[in-house]
Amino acid sequence: MTLLRIEGVWKNYHDQSVLRGIDLDVAAHEVVTLIGASGSGKSTLLRCVNLLETVDDGAIHLDGDEITDVRADVDEVRKRIGMVFQSYNLFPHMTVLENITLAPRKVHKVAQAQAEEQARELLARFGLADKAGEYPDRLSGGQQQRVAVIRAIATQPRLLLLDEVTSALDPILVTEVLSIIRELKDTGMTMILATHEMSFARDISDTVCFLDGGVLLERGAPDQIFSSPEHPRTREFLQRVLDSGRL
Amino acid sequence: MTQPPKSPRQQERERIRRRQAIRSSSVATASTIVFLALVGVLVTTSPGWPRVQETFFSPEAFARSLPDVLHGFWINVQIFLIAEPIILVLGLLVALARGLRAPVFFPLRVLAVVYTDVFRGVPTLLVIMLVGFGLPALQLSGVPSDEITLGVIALVLAYSGYVAEVFRAGIDTVHPSQIAAARSLGLSHGQAMRHVVLPQAVRRVIPPLLNDFVSLQKDTALVSTIGVIESLRQAQIYAAGKFNYTPYLVAALLFILLTIPMARFTDYLSARAARRRGPGGA
Repeated sequence: MTLLRIEGVWKNYHDQSVLRGIDLDVAAHEVVTLIGASGSGKSTLLRCVNLLETVDDGAIHLDGDEITDVRADVDEVRKRIGMVFQSYNLFPHMTVLENITLAPRKVHKVAQAQAEEQARELLARFGLADKAGEYPDRLSGGQQQRVAVIRAIATQPRLLLLDEVTSALDPILVTEVLSIIRELKDTGMTMILATHEMSFARDISDTVCFLDGGVLLERGAPDQIFSSPEHPRTREFLQRVLDSGRL
Repeated sequence: MTQPPKSPRQQERERIRRRQAIRSSSVATASTIVFLALVGVLVTTSPGWPRVQETFFSPEAFARSLPDVLHGFWINVQIFLIAEPIILVLGLLVALARGLRAPVFFPLRVLAVVYTDVFRGVPTLLVIMLVGFGLPALQLSGVPSDEITLGVIALVLAYSGYVAEVFRAGIDTVHPSQIAAARSLGLSHGQAMRHVVLPQAVRRVIPPLLNDFVSLQKDTALVSTIGVIESLRQAQIYAAGKFNYTPYLVAALLFILLTIPMARFTDYLSARAARRRGPGGA
């Protein structure tokens, strides 16, 4: 079953096209990874799906509804999509618990006690039970990013977008964030990730997409993309990653 | 955790630091005394000093005028206490109005821009005179005619423009990624403003807001021009009757007594904010 359908999406900044006609279908429970150099359009594509950017052509459908319809209620759409950012973007004036319960309480109108109970359950599940009362600046980067993931899934979204969520972390902290994502995959969460962690992408993805200059050049199962890429640009990119010792 | 005993090298280091600290504080004390003495000598040896001492520093006039000036000063304090909360609310509303993007609110947004432009441009004294003399002259029913109320209205109008800009600057310092995070969670623009942007913005602008408070405290004296008998006016009355200017000094002292604690509190908050940001900044 197709959960998300991206059809011929274009995005222009000034006179430069960042996305040049992207087509992509994501099935329910599928994990899709976007790889490609910085500036290839990975983040922009995720931001378009979450309507943080408006598309300049094409359409995006979620559960059969066209969310890029200009009359669509963006707040309604975003209720169904969670997003995690590279720089965590936790709210610094709120405790961990308040960060997580804000959207359930204010957007989904869950009673405070219930929202807090659910938040504590999630925190316990991901090894952060003792951090509920802390402010973000007292946490390590890895802990902050795990809280950000919990905040994004606390509203039980249909789709989770992860935008280079480990890029700001040192290698040891990367592992703890990746393990939480792996656990989410096991619960059947549909996810689109933009990442530079190639071995992780290979390990977790159902589908890997290679973006180059705003074009989705190649897609396929991880083994196929990483072992026998068809497009010369994909080969070149993976070779560069290999040379830099990151695969 | 207990630390191991300090090595001789560290002990020597700390001994030198202590000695340096003692030396710098004695230098500071000595230079302050010398400076004050110089200023004192310069003033008291000036040709007009005996005359100035008599008209500005008369202990007798000080004691005699103090009750009246103090009584007037209480009006300054009242004006401040009434005006300040209204200014905070109005300033915040104007700042928020400037951020409204829905087309329905277009006139409100324009009004907010015009308001801040006009009232930041006109001298406060002029605003007080225009409101104090102009409003009652309209002879509209319901327009207050008592000078204190008119003074409060004028100060509110003049200061809300500044305070609105302070709030707006605070709102602008909240990084767009915070709004993106809030909106991605499904919060509406208003909810993101209320729960995410404003709490951070207000915290950041408390020191500059307090600075405007200090300024407002002394500008309450400007309402004397429209006939409010506050401390400055009381001092004027006394000075005109006795040809002695000591009451001005009394009024000045009272204002300083009020503003200094506020200024120190502002410094304290700024320092605390800087400490919180930490050595590397965040």
